[in-house]
Amino acid sequence: MVPRKVIAGYADALSIAAGESLDVKVSVEADVESYRCDIVRLICTDEHREGPGLVEEVIDSPVNRSWPARRQSIHVGSYAAVPEMPALGSFTAQAWIWPTRLGAPQTIVAQGSALAMELDESGALALALGGERFASGRPLLEREWAFVAASYDAGSGAVRLIQSPMRHYPGFDSRADRRFHARPGQRFEGELRIAARGAAPDAMSRHYNGKIDRPRIAGRALERAEMDLLAEVAPPAALAGDIVGFWDFARETPGARIVDLSGGERHGVLVNLPARAMTGFNWSGDTGDWRVAPEQYGAIHFHDDDLYDAGWETDIRFDSDPALPSGVYAARLVVPGAPPEHVVFFVRPEPGARGSDVCYLAPTASYLAYGNYRVMDCGPVYEAFQGRLLVAGPEDLFLNEHPEYGDSLYGEHSDGSGICYSSRLRPIVNLRPNSPLWIFGGDGYLTWWLERFGYRADVVTDEDLHEQGQALLEGYRCVVTGNHPEYWSREMWDAMKAWLDGGGRLMYLGGNGFYWRIAFSEAYPGAIEVRRAEDGTRAWEAQPGEYHMSFNGELGGMWRRGDRTPNQLTGVGFTAQGFDRGTYYVRRPGSFDARASWIFEGVGADERIGDFGFADGASGQEIDRYDAALGSPPHALVLATSEGHNDNMLLSCEEFKSTHMMLGGTENPKVRSDMVFFEIPGGGAVFSTGSISWIASLAWGDGDNNVSRITRNVLERFRDPAPFPDLPQE
Amino acid sequence: MAVPSNSGFRIDPERDLDLAREFMAAPAGLHSPNLQRLLRAMRGGPLEGKHALLTTRPGREWTLIRLSGSRDVPPEVLEDRVFDDRDEAERVVFRLRWKEHTGRDLEL
Repeated sequence: MVPRKVIAGYADALSIAAGESLDVKVSVEADVESYRCDIVRLICTDEHREGPGLVEEVIDSPVNRSWPARRQSIHVGSYAAVPEMPALGSFTAQAWIWPTRLGAPQTIVAQGSALAMELDESGALALALGGERFASGRPLLEREWAFVAASYDAGSGAVRLIQSPMRHYPGFDSRADRRFHARPGQRFEGELRIAARGAAPDAMSRHYNGKIDRPRIAGRALERAEMDLLAEVAPPAALAGDIVGFWDFARETPGARIVDLSGGERHGVLVNLPARAMTGFNWSGDTGDWRVAPEQYGAIHFHDDDLYDAGWETDIRFDSDPALPSGVYAARLVVPGAPPEHVVFFVRPEPGARGSDVCYLAPTASYLAYGNYRVMDCGPVYEAFQGRLLVAGPEDLFLNEHPEYGDSLYGEHSDGSGICYSSRLRPIVNLRPNSPLWIFGGDGYLTWWLERFGYRADVVTDEDLHEQGQALLEGYRCVVTGNHPEYWSREMWDAMKAWLDGGGRLMYLGGNGFYWRIAFSEAYPGAIEVRRAEDGTRAWEAQPGEYHMSFNGELGGMWRRGDRTPNQLTGVGFTAQGFDRGTYYVRRPGSFDARASWIFEGVGADERIGDFGFADGASGQEIDRYDAALGSPPHALVLATSEGHNDNMLLSCEEFKSTHMMLGGTENPKVRSDMVFFEIPGGGAVFSTGSISWIASLAWGDGDNNVSRITRNVLERFRDPAPFPDLPQE
Repeated sequence: MAVPSNSGFRIDPERDLDLAREFMAAPAGLHSPNLQRLLRAMRGGPLEGKHALLTTRPGREWTLIRLSGSRDVPPEVLEDRVFDDRDEAERVVFRLRWKEHTGRDLEL
């Protein structure tokens, strides 16, 4: 029987300290009266038939009971709202626009319910005035900047519509300057909206797709030359008495406010996180940093499917016990006959109340980045990329029915532009047990393994590390990563580096880690930003000039193209990916060096390491290699290297400068996982496996295997405060 | 016939039988260059009508589906094609695609 998912939820936080409360918000998409909630600790989150299965432990709580079911909606689409606007009689509305999805009526600027400057079904500028409509009759072109203006003279009823594209082409001329006559004497009242119409957040319509730059409102019908003056970067003195709204989208770029320079303080708020730090109509191409030339970054890109905060009502408030052990938890929500929903959250220890010397850093930034990843939308070559039949789940069918739940940082908006923000304030239906190994499901083999061998590790999240910095890790001897810690803010990286330099010990048990730069935001708590800049394995490409993040101005893209590389921090860096099958490692001379031979205690000299596992082998999915040229420390020991990859395991694109045929695992020597160990002066150390699939082999055979043995050997030594011997000068 | 793609590789129902045998023996493995090319021709087809799997019991059971090619249209679920082994699903889809590409049933 085909399982049909009918219940979804999210919480107000991904991470709480023991003793704090959590607000769980639920929607049931079926005609049932109730559902059951149980708080569970998640120990194993993947149900491979040869593994431990789904292992969860119910935690006593008064919220473990039946709850009334209700449906909650999500209203997508971004826009700006300006609440304080004077009534308009005569007016001019104007902006530079770069439309990206013509064909549906869409709003550029609207005031109240009676006045809207729009694009009509044909893509032509239109003006709705009271019950009358006027249109230029000339479609604009997608992804071409055009100046548009609409004016109305209340005395005479004269209406004028102007389209002035920056470029025009024979046969595709979209220039227009049309005059009409409307009913004179009209007045327009109400709040102003940019990029949508509607009176309330749950009643918005006619969303615009594309960029808007320099939107302006004047209180009379301006002449053409005056419109040019009004489009200047600063309010022109000559029009001082006429300007009603003069919004400069380049101000307060990291925030959710739009700033009015008219003097009337008609500032607005942005809803649903449209993209800021976007190149404007006047971008010269000379700089890519909006902080350097803000006047060239006056555009906001609105999308009809943007989403920041679903804004659901709280259904269940879970007050956690201050004695609740740190760990991975969920509110398990069950409607009989349907797959259970797990609203996953992480419980970190209260400050000063650590329960362990080992800390698991849950890669929640990666979980957010992949949030609501849609297997079925990934393009014709995705099966060839995977090297196997695509596998969808009930969550894919659910997302198919519910596009409003939003996509991941791997998806595109409805207009084809890349999604650069992801928020946890919405149901993320693949942050659940049995999601793909590299998203969340596979990390359960680590928590199962820690439990199996009696390590009650504390759990903290990427967001905690970003907010609390190095202090979060102080006092732990050893930090263990998940299988795919791919997304790192500067604050996270600096905290990890400082902790390692202070004697910390890191077990990086993943692949393709420390890869993308992200930013968090004070204005949008719970959201992260990525810019898929000029290099790297990218699901989409940022537009030229849009590589700097809006949340903090930093250059986005790969860390490797910035001031640091993953190799410097972990000894290895991303090298190849392939998803059809994993393979094994063999020992290298470094593993017999006295500095590291303890890691292989109990492992034979010729033993294949990890030729088993729930991903078929311990080296697979995404893999990393040692490379001194990329900053791997010269004293790092390469302990083991994978072999036996096939040609579905392909070199990553930043690894070759021009295309050639030898990119696959049977031919390219760079296609390999390297297992690495190195000491850090001050007592610290790093052990890296360079493979997403490592953790998926840990639990094989009830944890009795050589991947598990090696990992235990390292963890035991890393918990031991004894310093590592000093190295002689080479 | 939903024959893809831009691949210049044309499956020859006589010449390529050995490649089919190689695939049937190991649907995921170290494949010969010609089998890799054949698989790319099969796998690179358009999303519309493409066979894929739907997990019906996590880690244990999968049902064949055909993708719609549109994010707004659900896939067709072929409820009579249920597998407890992903390799077996690969073999069945290989046969379906062989027929689509060559017009002939695969007989080994």
